[in-house]
Amino acid sequence: MAAPGKSVWQTMREKGYSRREFLQFCSAAAAAAGVGTSGKAAVVKVFEKKARPPVVWLHFQECTCCSESFIRASHPIVADALLDVLSLDYTQTLQAAAGQQAEKCLQDTLRAYDGKYILLVEGSVPTKENGVYCTIAGRTALQILEEAAKGAAAVLAWGNCASYGCIQGASPNPTGATPIHKLISKPVINVPGCPPIADVMMSVVTHILLFGKIPELDGQGRPREFYGRRVHDTCYRRPYYDAGMFVETFDDERARKGYCLYKMGCRGPVTYNACGVTKWNQGVSYPIQSGHGCIGCSENGFWDRGPFYRHLSSFPGFGVESTADSVGLALGAGVAVGVTAHAVTTNIRKRSLISENQEESVTNREPEEDQKVPR
Amino acid sequence: MSQRIVVDPVTRIEGHLRIEAVVENGVIKDAYSAGTMVRGIEKILKGRDPRDAWAFTERVCGVCTTVHALASCRAVEDALKITVPKNAELIRNLMFCAQYVQDHVVHFYHLHALDWVDVVSMLKADPAATSKLAQSISSWPKSSPGHFAAVQQRLKQYVESGQLGIFANGYWGHKAYKLPPEANLMAVSHYLDALEWQKDIVRIHTVFGGKNPHPNYLVGGMPCSLNLEELGAINTERLGLVASLVKEAITFVEQVYVPDLLTIATFYKDWAAIGGGLDNYLCYGDLPTRGYNDPSSFLLPRGAILDRNLNEVHDVNPRDSEEIKEYISHSWYQYGAGDTAGLHPWKGETEFHYTGPQPPYEQLDVEGKYSWLKTPRWKDHPMEVGPLARMLVAYAKGNTDVKELVGAVLKQLNVPITALFSTLGRTAARGVETQLVAHWMQGFLDDLLANIKAGDTRTFTSEKWEPETWPKEAEGVGMSEAPRGALAHWIRIQDAKIENYQLVVPSTWNASPRDAKGQRSSYEAALIGTPVADINQPVEILRTVHSFDPCLACAVHLYDPEGRQLNMVRFE
Repeated sequence: MAAPGKSVWQTMREKGYSRREFLQFCSAAAAAAGVGTSGKAAVVKVFEKKARPPVVWLHFQECTCCSESFIRASHPIVADALLDVLSLDYTQTLQAAAGQQAEKCLQDTLRAYDGKYILLVEGSVPTKENGVYCTIAGRTALQILEEAAKGAAAVLAWGNCASYGCIQGASPNPTGATPIHKLISKPVINVPGCPPIADVMMSVVTHILLFGKIPELDGQGRPREFYGRRVHDTCYRRPYYDAGMFVETFDDERARKGYCLYKMGCRGPVTYNACGVTKWNQGVSYPIQSGHGCIGCSENGFWDRGPFYRHLSSFPGFGVESTADSVGLALGAGVAVGVTAHAVTTNIRKRSLISENQEESVTNREPEEDQKVPR
Repeated sequence: MSQRIVVDPVTRIEGHLRIEAVVENGVIKDAYSAGTMVRGIEKILKGRDPRDAWAFTERVCGVCTTVHALASCRAVEDALKITVPKNAELIRNLMFCAQYVQDHVVHFYHLHALDWVDVVSMLKADPAATSKLAQSISSWPKSSPGHFAAVQQRLKQYVESGQLGIFANGYWGHKAYKLPPEANLMAVSHYLDALEWQKDIVRIHTVFGGKNPHPNYLVGGMPCSLNLEELGAINTERLGLVASLVKEAITFVEQVYVPDLLTIATFYKDWAAIGGGLDNYLCYGDLPTRGYNDPSSFLLPRGAILDRNLNEVHDVNPRDSEEIKEYISHSWYQYGAGDTAGLHPWKGETEFHYTGPQPPYEQLDVEGKYSWLKTPRWKDHPMEVGPLARMLVAYAKGNTDVKELVGAVLKQLNVPITALFSTLGRTAARGVETQLVAHWMQGFLDDLLANIKAGDTRTFTSEKWEPETWPKEAEGVGMSEAPRGALAHWIRIQDAKIENYQLVVPSTWNASPRDAKGQRSSYEAALIGTPVADINQPVEILRTVHSFDPCLACAVHLYDPEGRQLNMVRFE
């Protein structure tokens, strides 16, 4: 088998095989693939090309929304990724093989590409009761994760489940759902979201393949490329926030004009994600654009920071909110002076506040007890 | 000679499913279906704001995304006596239809087709003959000899690379594969087309719900506003996008999915006598046309059929504590009243009680408890749920659209109506349903446009939004039909918080273990009699199990360790 980034021919040459032996190998491979001698030329051509990097996708405690999101990618589309870009050798969602044949796919890749495959993990790992809350082929999620992580060149945690434990990790976390970075010693690239945006998922993988290295990460292991900005700071409704023009209840006159959803509980101000720029499903929309506040699904512990419709009257380091509330209440529609005054105040303070909050989010790996909104 | 086959993981499904089957003389004599993952979402829901429940329960499943959000909103609205505006119902119906069409097409091509389609065989196909075949069954434009030659060449290179990726270790060349190479090439080509198309249809969810998977819903209506005078709302451009997606969906279903399904089915008519399983079918029904509280207006009707008797459809009432009960005799839970008791979901009592082997293990103890799924029963009958159940109930209730389309399919395949009670019938019913739903989706869009034109743009009622307007105690049921079958959520609200929340989902009905009386559920019953030519390559097991479209994350979320007595306890 070829090492990633090298052709079969390169690999064989390095191991001391002659060109003649390589061609004999191609003949055998052509026969085995059922294409006969007529197909040998094609086989030679392919084996001289680069091997597609092998990828292993594990499924633990999850709802498969990450896999579903991944297949919504548009550039490249997933068919092109699967056929041309990478070799998805194990994924319970799409692979043809089942049972022992499926498990053989996993073992073959772990052995043949030791130290060279990319490991993608969807789902958290239950650690209570010796892991009986998630078993595959009779083995626990933890046993499988530990085995697969050992020889991985890079480990990606898909979504909020693998990154933070997500919904099953929410209070009282009945099964001991645990994010994977707490279970393995290797660095983990966290790609949070419930699910993450399709093209963000695809881009993190292609970043590694295209540039030959993992993307720049923040303190929570998230690629800065996609998680470096708050939804709030890239939101097209931000001017309404700055102007103190808020939706007071769903489908009111202000909602119908697309005002800011902050008072409806929007978590955009405390959520780092690409929604406002990349948007969802080929740039069609994102939650705020379709009238619902951000629920903060890419943040650690977001399920325990509800209720979702209670607005963020305060959060760490952010001081303008009380002003925003009072201005918003005092403002009738079209009180131009008030709008301008608030906008000016806010804008002056905005720049430093944004950087403060970025630091805040990056340094806080776990939500502190006192930051959780009581429910 | 009796042999035991274990298929774990069952792949091309959602979630973690294990099948153990006993094979004698090439035929399955007995089978055991086990869900091997659990998360405990119901326990997590306790004490939370009922208006948040849709978001939590939506995360029960990302494949059938939206369906739990809808059932949850309905459960809360039922408890609080909220009637949503007409537009909200129409938008929910549109999203429901988009979900069905996407999910059923993905199931057919990406989860089920490889049980019938031999990917390696397509390398031997003649592209010109493939083109002729494709053009004889459909007017789908991507059907030239050049197109099929290009697809074949691409797959040839892929196979020759030696890196078979998702196609590695398939049962290629197994004698159960019956399609000629040309049909295999056509199907693989459409596998790729469907993979590309499915990412587009879901944009209907993105328009109204902001994202997919897991679009946003709202108790009391829908969060998006309709405003033809604004950029920041659903306006003419947004509705135009939806209209074009609906049109594309109808085209894809009628020109690709349904013709492929019927063509493939003609080569596998022996599977119309295999995999029938249970004799009973259950639907809650969905797609209201005069409001959710008027089930007689549902395009997918509510009802139950017993003993395959299509002359009688029984009424179904999920509020009745005698109708729906869950058992745990073979599930890793325990009841205070003992392992043989059955409990209605409003009185759901559940406690984790793992008695299986310590992992790593080779075999489960199927005489005892062997699954994380509970076992639901309707009037103590095991029931099949899903597309076949829906089409049978609609057929038996005399729905003309369904009767016409089912009749046409049976005629084309030249099989009697009893052929529906089978693995093939289940797969065909899903196609029939998709075609109907795609057209109904157009109807709901037309209704939405007509309603906006008539001056009604409301999408939400704020009347009962504030908890101060709620009664101190309330209970409700939210019913729906997920793509995989009958789905219901039961909620009890006390002091504006969730006191108890229970879900009984489609795959719990179909994939559950035996009940207290030893009655099998759908998967186990359907596998009995399924032939297995080679126990090392049990593709036949996959055919029957996949015909149900398993979705296990949905089925195994049940958890309430404090049980009934402690339902009063708050988790703050």
